[in-house]
Amino acid sequence: MATAVATHAHPPTSTGLDHRKIAIWAFIGSECMLFASLISTYLIYKGRSVVGPFPHEACDPPKCATHLHAILNIPVTSVSTFVLLMSSLAMVLALAAVENRGKPGYEGIMGSSKLWLLVTAILGTTFLGFQAYEFTSFVHEGLTIRTNLFGSSFFTLTGFHGAHVTAGVLWLVTLLAIDMKRGLGPKDAILVDISALYWHFVDVVWIAIFTLVYLIH
Amino acid sequence: MADQFTHTNADIDVHAMGEMHEHPTWKQYKWVALILTLITVGEVWLYYIPSFVASAAFVPVLLILSAAKFAIVVLFYMHLKYDHKIFRGLFTGPLIIAMATLVSLLFLFGHLSIGS
Amino acid sequence: MATAAVSPAYAHAGASEKSGVWSWLTTVDHKRIGALYLYTALAWFAIGGTEALIMRIQLQGPNGHVVSADTFNQLFTMHGTTMIFLVVMPLSAAFFNFLIPLQIGARDVAFPRLNAFSYWVYLFGSLFMNSSWLLGMAPNGGWFGYAPLTTMAYAPGLNIDFWMLGLQILGISSLAAAFNFITTIINMRAPGMNLMRMPMFTWMAFVVQFLLVLAFPVITIALVFLQFDRFFGTNFYTMTAGADPLLWQHLFWIFGHPEVYILILPAFGLVSEILPTFSSKPIFGYPVMVYSGILIAFLGFGVWAHHMFAVGMGPIADSVFSVTTMLIAIPTGVKIFNWIFTMWGGNLRFTVAMKFAISLVALFTIGGISGVMHASPPADLQQTDTYFIVAHFHYVLVAGSLMGLWGGIYYYFPKITGRKLSESIGNWHFWLTFIGVNLTFMPMHWSGLYGMPRRIYTYDAGQGWHIFNLMSSIGAYIQAVGVIIGFWNLFRSRKNGEIAGDDPWGAPTLEWSIPSPPPEYNFAVIPTVTSRYPLWDVKSPQLTAEVPHSKHGDERNDVQVGGKHVAAFHDHLSAGTPEGGINPNAKQASTKVPLKTAEQLGIPMPFPTIKPLFVALFMTFMFGSLILIHKDKTDLAITGVLVFAAAMTASLYLWLTSPLEPNHT
Repeated sequence: MATAVATHAHPPTSTGLDHRKIAIWAFIGSECMLFASLISTYLIYKGRSVVGPFPHEACDPPKCATHLHAILNIPVTSVSTFVLLMSSLAMVLALAAVENRGKPGYEGIMGSSKLWLLVTAILGTTFLGFQAYEFTSFVHEGLTIRTNLFGSSFFTLTGFHGAHVTAGVLWLVTLLAIDMKRGLGPKDAILVDISALYWHFVDVVWIAIFTLVYLIH
Repeated sequence: MADQFTHTNADIDVHAMGEMHEHPTWKQYKWVALILTLITVGEVWLYYIPSFVASAAFVPVLLILSAAKFAIVVLFYMHLKYDHKIFRGLFTGPLIIAMATLVSLLFLFGHLSIGS
Repeated sequence: MATAAVSPAYAHAGASEKSGVWSWLTTVDHKRIGALYLYTALAWFAIGGTEALIMRIQLQGPNGHVVSADTFNQLFTMHGTTMIFLVVMPLSAAFFNFLIPLQIGARDVAFPRLNAFSYWVYLFGSLFMNSSWLLGMAPNGGWFGYAPLTTMAYAPGLNIDFWMLGLQILGISSLAAAFNFITTIINMRAPGMNLMRMPMFTWMAFVVQFLLVLAFPVITIALVFLQFDRFFGTNFYTMTAGADPLLWQHLFWIFGHPEVYILILPAFGLVSEILPTFSSKPIFGYPVMVYSGILIAFLGFGVWAHHMFAVGMGPIADSVFSVTTMLIAIPTGVKIFNWIFTMWGGNLRFTVAMKFAISLVALFTIGGISGVMHASPPADLQQTDTYFIVAHFHYVLVAGSLMGLWGGIYYYFPKITGRKLSESIGNWHFWLTFIGVNLTFMPMHWSGLYGMPRRIYTYDAGQGWHIFNLMSSIGAYIQAVGVIIGFWNLFRSRKNGEIAGDDPWGAPTLEWSIPSPPPEYNFAVIPTVTSRYPLWDVKSPQLTAEVPHSKHGDERNDVQVGGKHVAAFHDHLSAGTPEGGINPNAKQASTKVPLKTAEQLGIPMPFPTIKPLFVALFMTFMFGSLILIHKDKTDLAITGVLVFAAAMTASLYLWLTSPLEPNHT
């Protein structure tokens, strides 16, 4: 039976590439438009809030009831940006470990996909922790999603990004669970590959947000 | 009997046997990470130089630095430099349309203008 | 095999388990999903058409008061939303589903279960949005739902909630389907089916998927802003907080203009299949047809603000968008001329499908030309928000898209069901539709130029609009009769139509090489393709002898087309395999020889599964729960969102961790 089946197995793909990798790239292309819409709106509304707090400028009476300082915390966000960048490094190492399982140079720590998947997930969670800290401190300082245009567009943009990171962490944890259960080898590289593409894309979106939202003023 | 190009089950090795592209090794990845870190440090440093922030070069320089980081991650970590050209098309096409839309919107809302 | 003898054309062993409600709920077969899309969209077409009819009754004479102003608002909003998102897009999706794998020589789409998911999301999303009628709170903000008019300050009812959540759900369906089809077309083409050999429909479908993938995220974000404003009190569209009243308009039309091409390009693709077949000539200027389709799509992202000339964007923006809009007329005109040249000197057969296709070419041109008229800002300022615009886009969408889709239905019904639609009933359907469409929409140009605004629910006598409105209403009634006849034709021909055979029309493309309806595995042997017109190469070489990119044309020009593939292809033909390959005598053969099942042939087929349906269902409930916020049950709403999100995620995990098909190792 096995041979009969094999003759009629799926024909080769036209490009020799895996379906899922094409789909994830198409998805990433689509996400470009999603984040472009969010970032455009943030930039369009920049400087148009009628009440504070503002991202880069202090707000004093009479415009604001009390003195409000510039709200963005660049040092903290720089650290969380670094954390996310490092998570991308851990992610490529996880992929390399899975792809090169058993090859020379990938013994020990470099070949431990479990370790690198875990590190990526932890760094992603750390980034989310920084974001949670940032959001709560903003709320304490009087900026909620309802306060002004800056609040609405800022929380929506960074919140959407955070939601993407959260989905990515869930994905990584799922992969980690599979790795623990049966081990991921070169045959499964595609599974790690597509999650890595998603993860790096979420990272590059943050690269853009960090510059456009936090640094430029 | 797993066909090398099939797509369906998780346990079929596609990657290992497809049109194999050489991904960078972990040593190269570490260098990439170092460059990314240095650029980020540079960006934040520039942010704390008031005279530079006040100059006309601030925004363009930051945009270029961030574009460089963007490109490095996409080319090396996402393997676009090494992978099939279809992936490049699927990403750069939408990216160009997205950026053009963003810039057009900034013009339309008066955040950018010609000749000023 | 006993069943094979009873039902001739498409018998499968074990047919009993392949029918029944459960088999439809769990199907992952692209052909069945295509049929589901087709019949669901036609049902919504009846409802959207009824909405239009009520409006035409109201506007038939001055001071009509059949329905109230508020009901009228709901009618035109739901008419537009239904026809665009629940009729024309899903009808196109029906053809994407049914045809793309068949035209490229594949056994299914790349992700069969995702495909089922797309359909169920569409079904549940459409039901959710229309359930608002039961509450008497159907959306009433127009199909483009301009914020800030749709914010809580101006639209406090649940109407807009149903609209924005419904659209959000439907967008997910379109996006999921688009990723699926992009992957399918890139990656599942049969050997030799290079991009420039793909049938025109598949090409246009390919282009449309990119439009979907790029346009829908933008409306998603615009709708997210609106949801946040309405549910959580954010300020995106709150003018007092400094918001810009044009933000929604820009985001909406960045989506909205590509959407126009999402609606028309599939019909263009269908017409590009129908005209060559019934002209017995290859399509004129195939590469230019492809390039102009791509160019239309690309330019489509640079013209959105021509919907907004009236807001006063200033001379530079107006000029830029005016010029880019006029530029699109060039590739579109190229297509029109190429269709005309395809028919030129051809051996024309005026079947119903052909008549619908020709009427698209003729009538779409009228809509296209009025489009160029309001590409000019000064003209647009006179025409905007009048019935002239209504006339324009109905010429494009009804006389264009719908005519093309009806043509496609007449053309492909034999492939879908194994039986032809009746030509004599079809002629009534066509001519009544043709007369009705023109009588309805042509006078609207005049009522518009005489100043009749869009969306007014009634009008006074003595403004010079009466006669045109009366004509439009009569035209609408004639269309309705035509559509009813068309539905009757579909209903009766499913069981009583003439048996079609593999290739009832003498068409050139792969989908006609297999039985009608095709077996679940489509192709018993994946064909090797050596030209754009594989069936004509075999059956009527004289049609393509002069044409490059056909087998004979290539041979004449000494073009290398992968030598041994040709031989392999023709060996396969001479074998005349009834279960798959191209069989020149198929018309007689296929009705007699029982088809083998996938199991007998050893082709692994995906398992049927209910999981995508559950994911779609829970997702719809998750979005739908948000409505409760405006019933002052915020806690219940949040609970609902969380519970259904968890249920959705759990079903998704079950889906992703269960195997797609029997392991063929």
